[in-house]
Amino acid sequence: MLIRHRQRSDIRPSEITPEGIYLRRREFIGAAAGALALGAVTPAWSALIDNPEAEDATRPQWWRDAVAARRDGKPDTDEALTPYSDVTRYNNFYEFGTGKTDPMRHAGSLHVDPWSVTIAGHVEKPGTYTFEDILKGQDLEERIYRLRCVEAWSMVVPWIGFPLVDLIRRVAPTSKARYVAFTTLHDPEQMPGQRARLSGIRWPYVEGLRMDEAVHPLTLMVVGLYGRTLPNQNGAPLRLMVPWKYGFKSIKSVVRIEFTETQPPTTWSQMQPSEYGFYANVNPAVDHPRWSQARERRLPTSLFNPNWRDTLPFNGYAEEVASLYRGMDLKRFY
Amino acid sequence: MPGRGGLLRWMWLIWPVGLVPLVVVLWQGTRGALGPDPVLTLVSRLGWWGLVALVLTLAVRPLAVVSRQGWLMRWRRDLGLLAFTYLSLHLLAWAGLLLGWQPRYIGPELVERPYIVVGMLAWLLLLPLALTSNRRSRRWLGRRWGQLHRLIFPAILLGLAHQWWIQKSDYSEPVLFSLVVAALLIWRLRQGRRPQRLPKKPSANP
Repeated sequence: MLIRHRQRSDIRPSEITPEGIYLRRREFIGAAAGALALGAVTPAWSALIDNPEAEDATRPQWWRDAVAARRDGKPDTDEALTPYSDVTRYNNFYEFGTGKTDPMRHAGSLHVDPWSVTIAGHVEKPGTYTFEDILKGQDLEERIYRLRCVEAWSMVVPWIGFPLVDLIRRVAPTSKARYVAFTTLHDPEQMPGQRARLSGIRWPYVEGLRMDEAVHPLTLMVVGLYGRTLPNQNGAPLRLMVPWKYGFKSIKSVVRIEFTETQPPTTWSQMQPSEYGFYANVNPAVDHPRWSQARERRLPTSLFNPNWRDTLPFNGYAEEVASLYRGMDLKRFY
Repeated sequence: MPGRGGLLRWMWLIWPVGLVPLVVVLWQGTRGALGPDPVLTLVSRLGWWGLVALVLTLAVRPLAVVSRQGWLMRWRRDLGLLAFTYLSLHLLAWAGLLLGWQPRYIGPELVERPYIVVGMLAWLLLLPLALTSNRRSRRWLGRRWGQLHRLIFPAILLGLAHQWWIQKSDYSEPVLFSLVVAALLIWRLRQGRRPQRLPKKPSANP
């Protein structure tokens, strides 16, 4: 499959081309193998030799075709993209383990085909929709978003997906629908992290948005990245991406979308309400109780340059979304 | 004791073996093998190894007493210094590489972040122990040397608090470390009530 990227004068091709990824990967594997020789790496090191191209090749043709037929979407950014190798090898997806490389190493056990999503609650067309149904006739677009993790690092990722509002229109919520609740797959057989003891997380992972946030044109349902189908470790086959909120709001591997009248529970705010709120809008003025949110490290960083930059209100999307929160005390509704 | 002298001869190995994790992490760092956020990985690995070495230091005495191998006590100083080396590098990497030696970033962290405060305190408690680890200090301080070096207990407790505090949801590591330390401390407390059972004090001048 041809991996095509738009050529932009403001982004050096070397930053985004797969060739660079191959080079980096060899470097990475070589170093890991060398470290093994020194006896410092766990036996799972061999799984580091993952193969995203091979995974993409196993995806159903209709999914790959839909991703290939994407068009360029807005907004855009002239910021350098975080390389594919980092976007797919540095993930928080606790269903596969709490280490950053755990998802990359363990997400192979997730079966994304067949996949279906249950639409429930206050909608005129509830039911179980297959992933293929959801993609059928749905235009996809590539959008380059900043992703700001609550842990004070960030990436720039070319996602492929469709606005959530498209799906919402298709299932026709009633006037009672004031919130949208999302649920990740709960299957400890496929998701080793859900078998872990001593974890504070209650599975399944749940997230939610207010209706006006859910229908906002920036809110995306993602099915691919970097011109390929979405890798398992990034939340295949279908994940949310809300670019003005901390990354944990953008729930992965969604199996259920429910339209509710009251604010739905969300995983992190249930576990640690003083640290994570329902809104979780990126806000440099409101620190996490344990660390500052004023700055972020834009990945990849290097040993001698942590690449700090100032965090922007609403992750730089204030112009588009600040009006949603007019009159709200953002220090209280963090 | 048979073999005792032979094993003592290998004591110098603590340093080349103990510094392997440091060499590995630095080598990985220069090769880009620490992932997309290498500074943070470096800082956390140095801290992890520092804590491991500190727990090992604490374990020397119980091991020596229980196994009746008094010569093991000779390892304690070098293990402690190894722990101090890792924890100092942990601190340096945090302040220098991560925060770029900038007081306007380091200052607020030291004041506002409890997990940083307890980590810093732990290091400050270990500093006098490292400084007085030489033979001359030991002779000079006499009985007070032992009292001073009990600071390792609060230091390790603060280190554990630091480790608990940085977790987001997975507590398996701090639980494991805490169980080991708790066992060592309980042993130590019970030991304190009994007469000294250490088979043979390592002589100050071998």
